[in-house]
Amino acid sequence: MSADTKQNTITIDGQEIPFLAGQTIMDAALAAGVYIPHLCHRQGLTPHGSCKLCVVDADNRSVSACTMPAVAGQRISNNTPALNEVRKTITQMLFIEGNHICPSCEKCGDCTLQAMAYHLGMLDGHFPQFFQRRKVDASHPTIMLDRDRCILCELCVRASREVDGKNVFAIAGRGINAHLIVNSASGKLVDSDLETSDMAAHICPVGAILIKEHGYEVPIGQRTFDLHQVSEIGLEKTILTKARQPDE
Amino acid sequence: MKNVSDADSNTAGTTGLIHSIIAKAYTESPHLLHVLYTLQQQCLHISEEAVHKVAAHLDLPHSQVDSVVEFYSFFHKIPRGRYDILFSNCTSCGYMAGGVDLMAILGQRLGIVASNTRNDGLVSMGQTSCIGMCDHGAALLVNGMPIVNLDAAMIARIAALVEAEIPLEDWPSGWFQVDDNIRVSGLLLKDRLSAGTGLRAMLALGAADTLSKIIQSGLRGRGGAGFSTGMKWQFCREAQGAAHYVVCNADEGEPGTFKDRVLLHSHADSLFEGMTVCAFAVGAKQGYLYLRGEYRYLLPHLQSVLARRRKLGLLGVDILGQPGFSFDIDIVVGAGAYICGEESALIESLEGKRGIPRVRPPFPVTHGYRGQPTVVNNVETFIAAAHIVLRGSAWFRAVGTGKSAGSKILSISGDCAAPGIYEYPFGVTIRQVLHDCMAKDAQAVQVGGPSGTLIGSTEFDRRLSFDDLSTGGSLMVFSQARDLLAVIVNFAHFFAHESCGFCTPCRAGTTLLKNGLDKIAGGHGTRYDLDEMQRLATLVKCRSHCGLGQTAANPILDGLQRFPQVFGQRLVHRDFEPHFDLDAALEEARQISHRDDAAAHIE
Repeated sequence: MSADTKQNTITIDGQEIPFLAGQTIMDAALAAGVYIPHLCHRQGLTPHGSCKLCVVDADNRSVSACTMPAVAGQRISNNTPALNEVRKTITQMLFIEGNHICPSCEKCGDCTLQAMAYHLGMLDGHFPQFFQRRKVDASHPTIMLDRDRCILCELCVRASREVDGKNVFAIAGRGINAHLIVNSASGKLVDSDLETSDMAAHICPVGAILIKEHGYEVPIGQRTFDLHQVSEIGLEKTILTKARQPDE
Repeated sequence: MKNVSDADSNTAGTTGLIHSIIAKAYTESPHLLHVLYTLQQQCLHISEEAVHKVAAHLDLPHSQVDSVVEFYSFFHKIPRGRYDILFSNCTSCGYMAGGVDLMAILGQRLGIVASNTRNDGLVSMGQTSCIGMCDHGAALLVNGMPIVNLDAAMIARIAALVEAEIPLEDWPSGWFQVDDNIRVSGLLLKDRLSAGTGLRAMLALGAADTLSKIIQSGLRGRGGAGFSTGMKWQFCREAQGAAHYVVCNADEGEPGTFKDRVLLHSHADSLFEGMTVCAFAVGAKQGYLYLRGEYRYLLPHLQSVLARRRKLGLLGVDILGQPGFSFDIDIVVGAGAYICGEESALIESLEGKRGIPRVRPPFPVTHGYRGQPTVVNNVETFIAAAHIVLRGSAWFRAVGTGKSAGSKILSISGDCAAPGIYEYPFGVTIRQVLHDCMAKDAQAVQVGGPSGTLIGSTEFDRRLSFDDLSTGGSLMVFSQARDLLAVIVNFAHFFAHESCGFCTPCRAGTTLLKNGLDKIAGGHGTRYDLDEMQRLATLVKCRSHCGLGQTAANPILDGLQRFPQVFGQRLVHRDFEPHFDLDAALEEARQISHRDDAAAHIE
């Protein structure tokens, strides 16, 4: 056993970390309590590798930690000023391509994108805004979809398919016109089978999918990221539990 | 099924029509792209209702059909004209290639603005990425048919033909004449294989020896990446799966590349022979040729070659009487998406999805089409394989350099007197190539297309090979007279348009690069903007998900390194200049108020 463990290790920023066959760099890091920034990754869902916040340099090659299998002996740089600068720029890209309204967003303080920006020391959007026109879908009686704030992480797409056993969301369009669509004949949320109890209704890391009639129940100052750092391991469960209503 | 009585007759008629189009298309080919193409062609758009019906008929999620329609450039939710005209916007075969804006001229004649359909529904006009006619001057597609060697006089005649609603069959046939323009022939182009000779040699060898022959030949993928073809086949052969597949990547989308068009046109037999050799070596029963939508006009020809090969017993069951060796090839046509040239995106597209590159590993050799072991190779690679099986690996290795065996077929275009197809042994210098194509005063050469390398005259002694200048086949020449910044801007627009949108660095980054370059080219850039370009380009290159993003910034980085003056001379010498141009922002207001006097401008 100990021989096995010794053999199956990777090194992240000089720290030796064990891994099991089939684990990604992200899996191994999180299991060992090492934080690698991420937005589109959630344990239990198929790794996606699209947000690129989790870029690390493995043996001097840039890879996504959430999709790259851990390989014995891998030497990985993660928490370095250069990589965090890259991550900050990517976070700025996510801010300026959408239309984010942090101060008035219901997700303020519970938003992982916002927390990521604070974590990386982002002070502004830096780039000129794209000011894209994106549609709001308020058709559903209990769930609201505001594409202005969508970061195309596809957590809702995967949660719906892999956890809820439905297929409510998909991405359509190409390039900068990529956008979240709803799988219903009308394209409206109301005609889909999305329910408030679905994981897909709660997993949104930003304020693109919101539960109606539950605004500001937790005051600013007592929200997830007022009390926690985004880099705390295992926080996903806290966020998800917090987002769900207790009676669900 | 449907209740016709209570719907208005027009709607019922449309509904019935859509249904019958879908049903008929589906029996021709069950591929989603084919069904959508047929709808687009016959209804001039794919309506919400059509999306709904396709989803029902093909038993696919509504969202999948919808997302595919919105992904590919040749599918439209808003009706196109009965004449749908798409100008190439490539630097070699684009509407500006002759120095005049042909699209603007046609727009003026027809009273139409680019990317719009005229109100009477007669005609629509727009631009599209390189259509692979780069050795034929400015070119366009009208209802999918290429017209080449355009000039202003032809544009005037086209406008008149459209207005008179003359069917395409009655337009001057010479306009549609696309030539091979083979200028230098080498290993592969010199002699055409007669159909079946490669297969007979292969059967005599047996599968294992066929594979070793390919490995020993040192053949590497001709798409540009240069992976050992024999090793790829071997990995696929060894991979466990319910079925193995052979896929030919004929999605030649790199601007400036057109050699596959010529190979498909004049060497289709060798291509299908090479695919069959691969099938034999890896144990595949089904193959696919993924043909780029821009080359759809080659489809009848390719289908006839396939039919002839079936008749000759070179495809189908028990090929050449070999019991148990069965293989056939279907053709799937793309619909305008450069990203589908990336092999895993191509497989996604084959499966009827958006062309989004997959996470790798696993690689297609173990998890490809429908999750099964799949070989994806370039057109030229398969043709080389067919020749190698017949003539031997030593014959192939005798040409080229140590690590780059054999020959490379180049598509040469741009500022040279003899654009066309040139086949050279690997190791040829750029200088030699420029001499042969009669490029008199080249200041720069784009090797391997926009995703490749931009080099200047001090590097013309560099060689084409996998260890020096690697290329998928595109070679664009730019003379001293050429505005290189305009070229780099063109490429940046291309990548922003073709980014699939999956990963953040490429999705947002290619647009930021495009906008930044536009600012510099527009005379509003500062030193700061230039530094930003460098920083952003490096990030996009290093951190993107796939080859598209990883190469999209190459022209900018190469340009900044080798031709800093083309950027420098456009800069304004201020510390900072805002992206927001106050005067340009007033343009809409000026148009509405019909004013253009001094007081309507802000300087």
